Amino acid sequence: MDLGFLLVQSLSGLASASSLFVIASGLTLVFGVTRIVNFAHGSFYMLGAYVAVTLVPWLFEFDRSPLLFFTGVIASALVVGGLGVLMELLLLRRLYKVPELFQLLATFGVVLMVQDAVLWIWGPVEISGPRAPGLRHGVEILGQRFPAYELLLIGVGPAVLGLLWLLMHRTRFGILIRAATRDREMVGALGVNQALLFTGTLFLGAFLAGLGGALQIPRVAVSSQMDLSIITEAFVVTVIGGMGSVPGAFLAAVLIGQLNAFGVLIFPKITLVLVFLLMAAVLVVKPWGLLGRPETAAGRAALPEGILATPRFGAWEKAIAGLAIAAMLAVPVLGDGYAVKVATEILIFALAAFSLNFLVGNGGIVSFGHAAYFGLGAYAAGLLVTKAGLPMEPALLAAPVAGAAFAALFGFFVVRLTGIYLAMLTLAFAQIAYAVCFQWVEVTGGDNGVVGVWPSDWARSRAVFHYLVAACCILGIWALRHVVYAPFGATLRAARDSEARANAIGIDARTHRWLAFTLAGGAAGLAGGLYAFSKGSIDPTLLAIPLSVDFLAMILLGGIQTVMGAVAGAAAFHAIKDFFMPLTDHWRFFLGASIIALVLVFPRGLGGAYGALRGRA
Amino acid sequence: MTLLAAERLNKAFGGVVAAKDVSFALAEGEMLAIIGPNGAGKSTTFNMVGGQLAPDSGRVLLAGADITGQPPRAVCRLGVGRTFQVAQTFLSMTVLGNVQMALIAHHGRTREVVARAEALYRNQALALLDRVGMAAEAERPIGELAYGDVKRVELAIALAASPRLLLMDEPTAGMAPRERAGLMQLVANIARGQGIGVLFTEHDMDAVFAHADRILVLVRGEVIAEGPPEQVRANAEVQRVYLGQSGHRAALRARRAAHG
Repeated sequence: MDLGFLLVQSLSGLASASSLFVIASGLTLVFGVTRIVNFAHGSFYMLGAYVAVTLVPWLFEFDRSPLLFFTGVIASALVVGGLGVLMELLLLRRLYKVPELFQLLATFGVVLMVQDAVLWIWGPVEISGPRAPGLRHGVEILGQRFPAYELLLIGVGPAVLGLLWLLMHRTRFGILIRAATRDREMVGALGVNQALLFTGTLFLGAFLAGLGGALQIPRVAVSSQMDLSIITEAFVVTVIGGMGSVPGAFLAAVLIGQLNAFGVLIFPKITLVLVFLLMAAVLVVKPWGLLGRPETAAGRAALPEGILATPRFGAWEKAIAGLAIAAMLAVPVLGDGYAVKVATEILIFALAAFSLNFLVGNGGIVSFGHAAYFGLGAYAAGLLVTKAGLPMEPALLAAPVAGAAFAALFGFFVVRLTGIYLAMLTLAFAQIAYAVCFQWVEVTGGDNGVVGVWPSDWARSRAVFHYLVAACCILGIWALRHVVYAPFGATLRAARDSEARANAIGIDARTHRWLAFTLAGGAAGLAGGLYAFSKGSIDPTLLAIPLSVDFLAMILLGGIQTVMGAVAGAAAFHAIKDFFMPLTDHWRFFLGASIIALVLVFPRGLGGAYGALRGRA
Repeated sequence: MTLLAAERLNKAFGGVVAAKDVSFALAEGEMLAIIGPNGAGKSTTFNMVGGQLAPDSGRVLLAGADITGQPPRAVCRLGVGRTFQVAQTFLSMTVLGNVQMALIAHHGRTREVVARAEALYRNQALALLDRVGMAAEAERPIGELAYGDVKRVELAIALAASPRLLLMDEPTAGMAPRERAGLMQLVANIARGQGIGVLFTEHDMDAVFAHADRILVLVRGEVIAEGPPEQVRANAEVQRVYLGQSGHRAALRARRAAHG
């Protein structure tokens, strides 16, 4: 490898770092001020690219000049900034008082809606953008050719950093942004017009995302999958840099850019993993990122978000639970094959959602990556059957073991963090697991996965398999529910309510959380193993972000403050999804809209609504 | 017998010296108050004893055993209960549940998954609540209680581990004056009755001079006086610090204004 090659590699790393920084700086600013983790930031990025591939060719009809190219890019970013304002006015404004998890879920609802809107407006085919006039040539650097446009991009990052610095230090708006990032309550108490500040910040954030997207059009083809791939990278950058810190985001983007550029030479197989490993390593050493600050603790004692009371089943609850179990057992007798399939899936998702709420509701451990353990259970079972030739029974035993083992491994690092950093680390580990299953083609079959994961002969009929699933899932939920009521469950709630008090009475909160994470991972793994056999196949979507979000939606729909809400939520969510999907091609749009409506109308979920009903009666 | 001994504790935050050669001893059944102006190093000293902070140098001995730098949960297991300046309780639980939780932890049964938590140590928890006068509120969610009552429950939680030493960081902060006297009397009765040593910081001088056996006065990280209340009250250095130069001047100004 000669020097020129290394230099060019490093420069191309800087070029991607630059783009990544522009996007991530918007995300980190919005988080700093509003404390909302905006999943839709990736959608703004995608919209920026789509608007630019439409606008720039139209401008080129007048004149193919570099000036018009960049006018088009800036105009696209402005349009996206306007959309950010729209989102703030219509949605976020109603969400600031809602628990963090709901905010996140609502922004994910926006992601789904934008995905469908983009497909509807621009179609499913990738669109290649025009190249930038005047920058189409290559530049000779130490005997290597390097695209001039990339060279320009390298300059964009520092330029944006400089402009943001000026904005943050020389304007009133910028100083307010910094103040709100440090202490939002104080800024409110000082009489600052928060609404205007938030709207302005969303404009700036969306503008930066749109700018990042628009600048990509000469480099990559624009597609409707751009949003989720960029949002995870942008999350990683903001988390490594420290949420809310713009210089931190710059530092992290440069690090990641270089890691990618050289990582691809040394470990071409695991490029996706490298980035998340870096993030995990940084968070273990610096739990608030490179340049972040610890979250300022609220001065007052607040009721925790999660399970508040653990009443025993009364007569009504026993009757409802009995009826639900009876209904599930009667489906193979009364319903058709399709009904049995749906019922089987509901049982599986109910166990997975229940295990997630064991963490979120009972332990205050908000995991964004619970699908990882579900998927790893599925892969363990699926691979043992198809590659090792084992029958279903041992494979089904291996599924929870695999889920628990990986949860124990990842959880060891996860429980060292709290709040949003914890959530982001669970997301990172889930992405690592996803990346391995996606890239390790020889073993996992890559994107296509593996087919032929069939149950043993005795369980091959839909009805028998349904009873097997029912037995596993109902027992699993019953056992986990028992743990919630046991000293271990109470200890988790205690550590969630007040870490200081838990410490002072001699509780080792971290170890208990780690055990809980492992237990929940095991239960999710069992659910995943059952799912693999019910589908007959495994593929990477079983560990992907959308499934993790589905699980979160289930527990929020059910209500995280109740013990059994997750089960009702899983049933309702799966039924809604199953109802919309065949009806229309635009099911994502309706699903997203339903999630947003749920957050706005039912902030305490079905379980909360039931509790209110019982409380009144 | 000496229950707690702090030997030449030092702690600096950057250039700020928060504790400088702080030494004191506390006997069983004794109540020792740490007082001093804001920023005197009361909380720092307190947290070095409780395990929240590790001293830069010096030792903390509990009944002769070195506990310096042990984490809070280890310090708790060695027989140290504590209450916080802002009461820390388990808000999702009932009053009884809070004390039961402390008993479960004390008996090392936090990892059990078979028993039902709410059935464990009920009577013991009720007895503890009875001692602090809160048995009647046992089934209420703790979040519903008045703050003074929460502080009493917190005391019951701290007592659940049968401590030899109680650390109380501003036990009466945020309470109404009448509640304060009642709580301090309760603490004094329990401490003397059971031979529990109590180390507390306090801003309320009435509480300090009424109940402390001895008082330690800290100023800028250094012990400037130590002794029984009467002796500390008479100490000229303490008077100067507490009234302060500016306080003294303000008093003079007020007198001049009043007399034209």
